Amino acid sequence: MDLRVSRRRKIVNVVMLSLSGVCTALVMGVLFFILGYLFWHGAKSLNWNFLTQVPKPSGQTGGGVANAIAGSAKVLLLATCIGVPIGFLAGVYLAEYSGKTFAFTIRYVVDLLNGVPSIVIGIVAYALVVRPMGHYSALAGGVALGIMMIPIAVRTTEEFLRSVPNSMREGAMALGATRARTIFTVVAPAAISGLISGMMLNLARVAGETAPLLFTALGNMFWSRGWLQPIATLPVTIYNYAIAPEEDLHQQAWAAGFVLLFLVLGINVTARMIIARGSASARR
Amino acid sequence: MHVATFRQQLAKEPAIAAEGSGVQKTALAVKLQAENLNFYYGKFQALHGISLSIVTYKITAFIGPSGCGKSTFLRTMNRMNETVRNTRVEGKLLLDGQDLREMDVTFVRRRVGMVFQKSNPFPKTIFDNVAYGLRVNGVRSRPVIEAAVERSLRRAALWDEVKDKLRKPASALSGGQQQRLCIARALAVEPEVLLLDEPCSALDPIATLKIEELLFQIKDITTIVIVTHNMQQAARLADYTGFFLMGKLIEFDDTRKIFQNPSKKETEDYVTGRFG
Repeated sequence: MDLRVSRRRKIVNVVMLSLSGVCTALVMGVLFFILGYLFWHGAKSLNWNFLTQVPKPSGQTGGGVANAIAGSAKVLLLATCIGVPIGFLAGVYLAEYSGKTFAFTIRYVVDLLNGVPSIVIGIVAYALVVRPMGHYSALAGGVALGIMMIPIAVRTTEEFLRSVPNSMREGAMALGATRARTIFTVVAPAAISGLISGMMLNLARVAGETAPLLFTALGNMFWSRGWLQPIATLPVTIYNYAIAPEEDLHQQAWAAGFVLLFLVLGINVTARMIIARGSASARR
Repeated sequence: MHVATFRQQLAKEPAIAAEGSGVQKTALAVKLQAENLNFYYGKFQALHGISLSIVTYKITAFIGPSGCGKSTFLRTMNRMNETVRNTRVEGKLLLDGQDLREMDVTFVRRRVGMVFQKSNPFPKTIFDNVAYGLRVNGVRSRPVIEAAVERSLRRAALWDEVKDKLRKPASALSGGQQQRLCIARALAVEPEVLLLDEPCSALDPIATLKIEELLFQIKDITTIVIVTHNMQQAARLADYTGFFLMGKLIEFDDTRKIFQNPSKKETEDYVTGRFG
């Protein structure tokens, strides 16, 4: 009797262990599968011309996505300029000034904003920027992604400012520093590596957004001049190429996907390295 | 100053050798004065009617068991407690005869500096740590800042150890050095009063001795108030000692009197180690 129970337990144990092990392997495998799959399908198009040329006129093969890479960079820069300052300053208020009940309200609203579907944010940017201007633009795309960055920017700022020990604030205030001065010269610098990497992860998160760009930045077959013209971005280019009939464009979509994934992973890894270095120097 | 000479000076320190006499009766200049001070954390009353005078250019120590209110009282003297939500002060606190609670708070904190229990250097260079107080108080001139940094580090007996690495991060210093850096940082703005909240509780005996030594050195330029758990430290350092218990100031007198012939039973029990 005792022996049977213990054998049963052993079997359950082995089954559960192998099940969770298989799932872990699956989780780890997904990323490498996606990377490999993208590379497999896009490899034929993935060459130097692909990274440096603009798209060829329809019907011709070849050409590249250089304008989309530059366009993504431009739109993301705009989004950062909009989302990071607003999110950071609101996060400062949340972490350093607001009372308990109000902080709860802010946090709740910010989390709700984070849950707003990206296509809805695209519509808002369309109404706020595209309609008054009368045409699609890089600016409209930047506004859409910028709004998307705000909630995470707020929560990241709050989290990292709160992790700065209160003794730092007291030390600065005991020397006659005002509250604002304390925050900007002592607390924020103490949290700087966390803040920078948090913002980078935030950027990486919106870099792949397609829906809010469809009817804001639109897309462009050529180099875009300035900030007020429609502009090509990697996600929208992938979308357009994927639904196009030509087989060559399908391959280019795979290759562009690979480039996008590679850029996002690059930002992610850099951000995590900054965090690791920051916490290492904090321990020292 | 070496340890030996420091001990000699300690032995002939006049205030400790002097006959015990009530603080209020002496003709010495009063720097800080509390009159019937009450303090509340929410509904909890942490200080009950504290009245005492801090004498200029003397070292005053507060002793008492944990939670007795000595740190709370210290933190009312530079209005640091105001940064804690839901607190309230009643009574008078006079700095040079003027009500400290009606002054601009940053001005109060510049005049009344503070060193905390756990050293809290900013994540900046050694130089920038010491220069911080000057900069927030509007000093821009590079030579003035450099001179003040060197002077403060010398006073905090840290100059020789750090003069070649002023651009290194303060976090690279040892615990004792960090605490002396915090003292230097507080001294840089030339405070009239320096409050120290158990500054040696996290330090080894050698580092503690260095801090005590430097406090002796700086007592002719600033009035010192120190909270300590270590009764020997109070006896070694202080000219006057106050004993706190359950939010009340039980006794405040010459250090010698407190430790050798206290007038209250509670004080005697505490300094002889019968409770606490």
